[in-house]
This record gives sequence, structure tokens and C-alpha cells, in this order.
Amino acid sequence: MRIYLSIFRIRIINSLQYRTVAFGEIITRFFWGLMEILAFSALYRSGQSNFSMDFSQTVSYIWMQQVLFVLFLVVFGDGEIYSTIRSGSIAYELVRPMSLYNRWFCQSASNRIAPTILNCMPVLLLASIMPKPYKISLPVGLGQFLLFLLSSVLALGVVVAFTMLMYITLFYTLSHRGIKIIVTALTTFLSGGVIPLPFFPEPTLTIVKILPFAAMQNMPLLIFSGSIMGMDVLKGIALQIFWLVALIFIGQLAMRHALKNVVVQGG
Amino acid sequence: MVVNMKLYWDFIAMNLKSQMQYKLSFFLTTVGQFITAFTSFFGLYFIFSKVNAIDDFTNGQVFMCFAVVMMAFSIGEMIGGGFTVFTMMMGNGEFDRILVRPRNTILQILMPHMDFSRLGLLVQAIIVLCYAIPISGITWTWQKALTLCLMILCGSALFFGLFLLKAACSFFTVESPEFMNILTYGARQFGRYPFSVYGDGVLKFLTYVIPLALFQYYPLLYLLDRKQNPIIIILPVISLLFLIPCYAVFRFGMSRYKSTGS
Repeated sequence: MRIYLSIFRIRIINSLQYRTVAFGEIITRFFWGLMEILAFSALYRSGQSNFSMDFSQTVSYIWMQQVLFVLFLVVFGDGEIYSTIRSGSIAYELVRPMSLYNRWFCQSASNRIAPTILNCMPVLLLASIMPKPYKISLPVGLGQFLLFLLSSVLALGVVVAFTMLMYITLFYTLSHRGIKIIVTALTTFLSGGVIPLPFFPEPTLTIVKILPFAAMQNMPLLIFSGSIMGMDVLKGIALQIFWLVALIFIGQLAMRHALKNVVVQGG
Repeated sequence: MVVNMKLYWDFIAMNLKSQMQYKLSFFLTTVGQFITAFTSFFGLYFIFSKVNAIDDFTNGQVFMCFAVVMMAFSIGEMIGGGFTVFTMMMGNGEFDRILVRPRNTILQILMPHMDFSRLGLLVQAIIVLCYAIPISGITWTWQKALTLCLMILCGSALFFGLFLLKAACSFFTVESPEFMNILTYGARQFGRYPFSVYGDGVLKFLTYVIPLALFQYYPLLYLLDRKQNPIIIILPVISLLFLIPCYAVFRFGMSRYKSTGS
């Protein structure tokens, strides 16, 4: 456990070095969220909408999405892992007395947590000083907020467990660019990154709802914005736990299989 | 000059050939671009299965807006995409090598980095355009056809200019200026709706500062017969004036450029 904590600490210190990058990121997230909200506001204004989320819920959803943006990215800054596989330094990784799956899992999770810690507060602050209809509204009760936190942690777990599967495919293909673009597009869309899942039409939604992608950013954001309540929240968290366990299990198996046949490229 | 152009064509051909060496990778990347554009179209499509219109633009009209911006972006990025790796080129000394060659700097940056997988995005945009034109309710005249072509071509040039500006900014910041993505990828993302829906402030900004509305919003009004003034046809061409400051900033940055060493 201590090893993993120190991996985590190194990552945080590492990403604190690039403060100007963080500043640019904060501005980008703020304007991105603002533009999305203005577009939605025009859609709601046009009337005759039968959206299943209120405007204020959509506003909170979008702000929180921007606040936790990096945390739930499936494809994000794991360049070291790609180059480890490509360059052959995977051989060194394999002689270390640690499980490679756990190490990479921890590394990917910290890669996402560290910049989030830097960015989340300023964006949240900006979102909460906006004028009335565009302001982020906090969850109504403490219970809901705690469930949101729990769900966020689980969502991060599902995201990283899914990313691990992507790394494992790199053992076989070596070309990461195409796969990264495809995975980014599909996961963003199916996890509610393009539009929140409740905006999907009914027949599609019933299938999309049970996919692992629905257990990613979709769940914590819906809980935060208050568009799901009561039993639905518990069901959602159960779905997240199920996919987390399933993806980790599949990942461990696939990793074992891949490492049995690994060919180290170069020396 | 003829010799020069041949050199650049050779550059492009060589680049295409080298991208084709990794067929699976090229294919997957193109498919990826296609899917990316497809998901953002579906996002829009799903929204319009629940509402009829945004402000007073119907779904067909919005899809057309989306397709035009997407096409402009994909052409602009295919040509100007080399600028996105510009910070890397400064970092690893490739840019220094370019500077000592007696040829045009910008073309040397761009030619080896033309990304043909962007065709995936373009193909998708053409499909959406073909789908949107019949349902947009536009009565076509040759002036309107010309306007549409100008929208796409000048839009591409504007996106190219934005990528150039982004590269120019990295002369001053060294790190890739993250906030410029709001203008490049952001314009692609938010250009799916006519810019007027974001309110007056945004529309003014996109008319007078970064003239994206000149190729997207005003010509669209002309296509829809809401504005009749024929001067609107050449508004996209006027927006090209924006390229001058972009180029000037780049030149200014280059004149102050200090190599990072190595």
C-alpha cells in the first residue's frame, strides 16, 4: 500500500510543476461550460421541449462536468504507459516486484486526480458566482452529496479499469493513435459527455443505460444535479460496482494473457 | 517558383506515402475521425428529436450549419494541423533546422505534417450536408450555391488562421497555449448552432474580433432568405482579413524567436 501512496504523491508533485498549463485549462473549462449552457438555454427558451431534465439540473450537470473534466477522461495523458509498451522498457517494469496491473491502475488514477485537484476549485468558484439561471446549484441534502462523492470514486474506478483494457490492446496492435481516437469518441458519447444521457431518445437509452459507459461520468453527474433520486441512485451505484468488479476481473485476465506472449520491441 | 511548388508537392506525396505504410493505423485513425464527427452529429440529432427548433432555426437548418462548420474545420485542420505539433518542433530543434533552409517557413512546417486521416471528418460532414440540404427548406439559386461554397472555403481558411495564431502564441508561451483550443476545437463544437443563439455578446465578439460569424451566421441568414442584401455573399471573403493579423503575430513571434537549445 505504501508503494502506491508514494506513486500517487510523486504524480501530484509532478503535475504541480505546470501551473500555467493549469491556468489555461481553468479558462478553457469555464468558457466551454458557459458556451454549452448558453446553447442549452436557447434550446429551453425555444419552448415545446419535452426534456427529461430541468434547465437548472442541466446547468449543474454541465458545470460539474467541467469541474471534474479530467477525472473522467478515458483517454488522458498516459503517454509513459504507451511508450513503455512501444519502446520495450516494459521489460524493466516486469522485473519490479509489483503487480503491473495494480501499478498502472494506480498511476492512471493519480494522473487524473492530480490535475483535478488543481483545477476543480477555481472552476467551481467561477460556476458558483455566475448570475442566477446560469449558476451551479449544490445538492439539496448531505446524503445526496455523499452519494455523489461515492459515485465519483466508483466512476473513476470504472474509467481507469476500462483504460487498462485499452492499454492491454496496445500489446497486440502497437498503433495507439487510431484506437485512442475511436475510444475517446465512443466513451465520451455513451457516458454522457456530448449530451447528458437523459436527452437520448427512449429505445436507445434503455440499452445505453446498462453499458459500462453509463457507470462513468454519467452517474455522479446525474446524482449531483439531482435528476435521479432515491432508489434510482442506489441502483446506479450498484451498476457502477458491478462494472468496476467486472472490468477489473477481465483486465487482470487479459493482462496475464498478454504478458505471457509479450514480445519486447528493441533493446 | 515552379521548382519550389514541386518540392512542396513531393513533401506532401512523401508524407501521404509514409502514412500509408501503416495501413491499419491510418485506417483506424480515419475511422476514429469519422466516429468522432458522427457522435457529435448524433448528439445534435437526439436533441432535435425532443425539440423542433432552436431560436427560429429548424433542425435541417442547424444540421446544415453543423455540416458547413465541420467541413471547414476538417479542411482547415488537414492543412493547418501541422501547427498543432509546432511546440514539439520548437522543443526538439526541428524548427531550427527549418529556419536555416532557404524556403518558406510556414510551408515547411505544414507539408510534412498534413494529416490525411482528417478525410474521415470531411466525409462525414459531406454526408450530413447531403442529408440537411433537402430538409432545410432552402430554395436554391446560383447566388446561394456560390455563398455555400464561399462559406466552406473561407471557413477553412479561418480555421487555418486560428491554428496559425495558436502556433504564433506558442512563440511567447513555449508550452502549447491550452486556452487557444477554445477558439479552434471550441469553434468546431459550438459552431454547430448558428452563433446568434449564444446571445448578442458572443455574436458581436465573433463578428468583430474573431470573425467566425461572417462565414457561418450571416451567410446562413442569406441562404434562408432572412436577409436579402447581396453584399452578404462576399462577407466570408471579407472575414479573410483576419488572416493578416494572424500572420503578423506569427512573423513577430518568429523575429523574437530564441532557440530552446539542444
